[in-house]
Amino acid sequence: MILKLFSPELVVILGSLIVFTVSLGQGRARLAAAVTTVTALLALALSLVSLAWHGELFQHALRIDLYSQLFKVFILLGLAGVAIFGNLLKDIRDDVRPEYFLFLLLGTLGMMILVSSIELITLFVALELASYALFLLVPLRQERPGLRIQMESAAKYVMFGIVATGIMLFGMSYIFGLTGSTYFHDIAPALLQRWNDPSAIVGILLVLGGLLFKLAAFPMHLWAPDVYQGASNETTAFIAGVPKAAVMAVMIRFLLCANPSDHVLAAVLTVVAIASMGFGNLAALAQKDIKRMLAYSSIAHAGYVLLGLVTLRNTGYAASIFYILGFVVMSLAAFLVICLVSRTGENVLIDDLSGLHSRSPLAALILGVSMFALAGIPPFAGFMGKFFLLTEALRSGLIMLVIVAAVNTAIGIYYYLTVVRVMYFSGAGTRQPVRLGTINSALGLVLLVIVVLLGVMPSFLLDLALTAVRATAR
Amino acid sequence: MDVFLFNGSWPLLSVLIFLPLAGACLLPLMRGARAAKIWVLGVTLVNAALSLKLYTGFDLSTAQYQFAETARWIPSLNICYTLGVDGISLLLVIMTTLLMPLCVLCSWNAIGTRVKEFLACILVMETSMLGVFLSLDFVLFYIFWEAMLIPMFLLIGVWGGPRKIYASVKFFLYTLAGSVLLPVAIIALYLHSAPHTFSIPALMGLPLAASLQKWLFLAFFIGFAIKVPMFPFHTWLPAAHVEAPTAGSVLLASVLLKMGTYGFLRFCLPITPLGVEAFAPVVIGLSIVGIIYGGLTALAQTDMKRLVAYSSVAHMGFVTLGIFVLNTNGVEGAMLQMINHGITTGALFLCVGMIYERTHSRELANATGIGKVMPIYVTALAVFSLSSLAFPGTNSFIGEFLVLAGTFAFSGKIAMLAIPGVVLGAAYMLRMIQRIIWGGVSNPDTSALKDLNTREIITLAPLLVLVLWIGLAPTGFMDTFHASVAHLLQQFHTGLKL
Repeated sequence: MILKLFSPELVVILGSLIVFTVSLGQGRARLAAAVTTVTALLALALSLVSLAWHGELFQHALRIDLYSQLFKVFILLGLAGVAIFGNLLKDIRDDVRPEYFLFLLLGTLGMMILVSSIELITLFVALELASYALFLLVPLRQERPGLRIQMESAAKYVMFGIVATGIMLFGMSYIFGLTGSTYFHDIAPALLQRWNDPSAIVGILLVLGGLLFKLAAFPMHLWAPDVYQGASNETTAFIAGVPKAAVMAVMIRFLLCANPSDHVLAAVLTVVAIASMGFGNLAALAQKDIKRMLAYSSIAHAGYVLLGLVTLRNTGYAASIFYILGFVVMSLAAFLVICLVSRTGENVLIDDLSGLHSRSPLAALILGVSMFALAGIPPFAGFMGKFFLLTEALRSGLIMLVIVAAVNTAIGIYYYLTVVRVMYFSGAGTRQPVRLGTINSALGLVLLVIVVLLGVMPSFLLDLALTAVRATAR
Repeated sequence: MDVFLFNGSWPLLSVLIFLPLAGACLLPLMRGARAAKIWVLGVTLVNAALSLKLYTGFDLSTAQYQFAETARWIPSLNICYTLGVDGISLLLVIMTTLLMPLCVLCSWNAIGTRVKEFLACILVMETSMLGVFLSLDFVLFYIFWEAMLIPMFLLIGVWGGPRKIYASVKFFLYTLAGSVLLPVAIIALYLHSAPHTFSIPALMGLPLAASLQKWLFLAFFIGFAIKVPMFPFHTWLPAAHVEAPTAGSVLLASVLLKMGTYGFLRFCLPITPLGVEAFAPVVIGLSIVGIIYGGLTALAQTDMKRLVAYSSVAHMGFVTLGIFVLNTNGVEGAMLQMINHGITTGALFLCVGMIYERTHSRELANATGIGKVMPIYVTALAVFSLSSLAFPGTNSFIGEFLVLAGTFAFSGKIAMLAIPGVVLGAAYMLRMIQRIIWGGVSNPDTSALKDLNTREIITLAPLLVLVLWIGLAPTGFMDTFHASVAHLLQQFHTGLKL
């Protein structure tokens, strides 16, 4: 029973052990990539099957239910995507490529355990496993002559990360002190009883503050632009989406312990949401490097996704889950193209996309759709996600927040449109054609179909998310 | 009375909407540009033929939504896939489907690059435009409303003129910025209905507080007014019209602009009557300004496309004027004028496009005195110009007359303000045809111009027929919306008393 419930994680553990063995030899990057891809696909298949499973593992430290498995599906989808389209690791030093895949797998494992954790210590350990693996991915990028940008961004990532962890741990200590337990199912009722004690709110807020770092929301966003830019394209592809989904799962778990009628919590999250949206969108307008642009845009998206959390209701959480899962797919599709446009793994400027339409029609289509989707234009996933978020926020009477979000959508359009404009309206000049290859084309099309399906048939995932939240809230 | 009339034995409306999309999906299978063009022409013709079934099967005596279809779509938010057609949308739908083959025909030789993508954009446009007119669920409506921006953006930006990038980005940002508050208004309506619903008929006549109605009206108004475009929001229009390829200009002028006025009729009047009542004076004022300003600006243009574009601002001013005087004549005139403007201005853009294909210039000065060498062309142009200035016997005369009659009934003074617009219309249109037909030859190249070929004659002929048909026998057309307009005004007046 335990074996079955834990099997997606076991596959990843097994895969990482194999990759570790592989990494002991020389020049086995391709083998490591193949093992990672197979592991990811196998685990993805298992996680899809596991949507129907539920149970608790390891002295009630982990819970397998629809909620955790839903997130795992998208985490593994992200891993599989990056393993497939990033398998060449163009910009990672030859000798550490197998290790790169090892850390990728370990990071994923950390996140998988993270979304299942219903105990604070386990949660913390899982979070650290995920974080440190990701911290290590950043500096593995090849050094460019006279430019050690990857080191700078790695240092920023680690420093900010550690501070955030500290803040979160501090918050957890409050929660433990108030409730005397590290188990969520004890914490939730106990915390609700002591909600009048300000330290309860302080505890939750500190934890959320630490988690906001991972989400790259406003006051904790400083790392994002530099890390996105400094890390190799594959690394950015991974950290742009997947960890945000995982951390959203944890945030909702903590918020489920909060008093749903609390005003302080809602007010703080509202401020964070507004600041994230405004800052992210405005700063993104001025960017030339597409990864840096997407970094700022992801800050804005963090703001949007908080709209659902501010409501402190299950339906709002479900809308947030829908949005963040859709965001994982959209940003994966965008990064697929970015990774493949970059010939040697160098950063891609928006101008480098000029005439992409004639250099590779499919790549332009994929990037174009993902830009419109991120911008929130129907009939794509991003629009439905935003629409659900706006509906739930307005249902909770947050009219100002909703208007700010709507106006921000309009601001955001401009920079997404710039990318489309450059791809379709500018000439290619002397730029080389882009070859996607069969497998990447297929992957791109799959992602495209998901983005469209989530836009026109959103009911399935939305209902799943709502069922999941309700089930896990009990 | 039930709101919906399920009088179709098969989902005609869904087929109308999604047939073009399916056609676009099959486009990559076509070998060569010519096969693709024939395929798309075929698809649009079939769709046009199908849409005539709407007319033959339409029950003129009722204001119900006919050929209705409904299915649960997103149950957790009670969002449904609901389609239906009534007198307000019927003619717009048929006009749209009839114009599409003409758009394909007029692009036959004009578009030389990326032909398949161009045709795909045209087909996707058709899907989303029909979707806007046929959706009876707010979410569905909004999806089509916004999705339309993408193909139009590409049409202008890829196949447009020299300043296409500026024009396409301005078009996209302007119209999108206008409609960002639309979903907020839609959601607010949803939350004020009980049980919560996005169904448009169910949201009509909700007893909402006056202040809320005013805010909702403003949110709607900004989106729709930009689309129309009404006076201070019109600046995207000349840029987009001038730079767009001919087919794009036709779609913009004939169909996209109608979406704004359609929105006023479909949503503002029945859902926010108090808002309409409160802001009607402002809208009427802006309409008058639009009529005069559009006319004066058109008078000053040397570029034919710009001239027609500014004349659109004036003509659409008449439409909004007719709607907001809020009586039967006014609204019916506006409805008819929407169709008329679609036919006449579409035709004028086609005419300008034909000259442009020959001289590669849209400057009036470069096309003077071609009456001798292109007699068929100038005849058609003259008829459409006369229609544009509302000459008796042409379609626009009936529409403008009804609007002015409605305005006189509302207030004589306001009608007097609109009259100069009619005179201006005559002035700028006659000035244009005078120069084109009889003006001295300033461009020696024009002597070698070929007159219209068969394809071009076929493109213009249906519109020519419609201009005269509506002008001489408007009853058959107006009968389609009598019942719906009466119902709409009744809804509006009951709404005022709630």
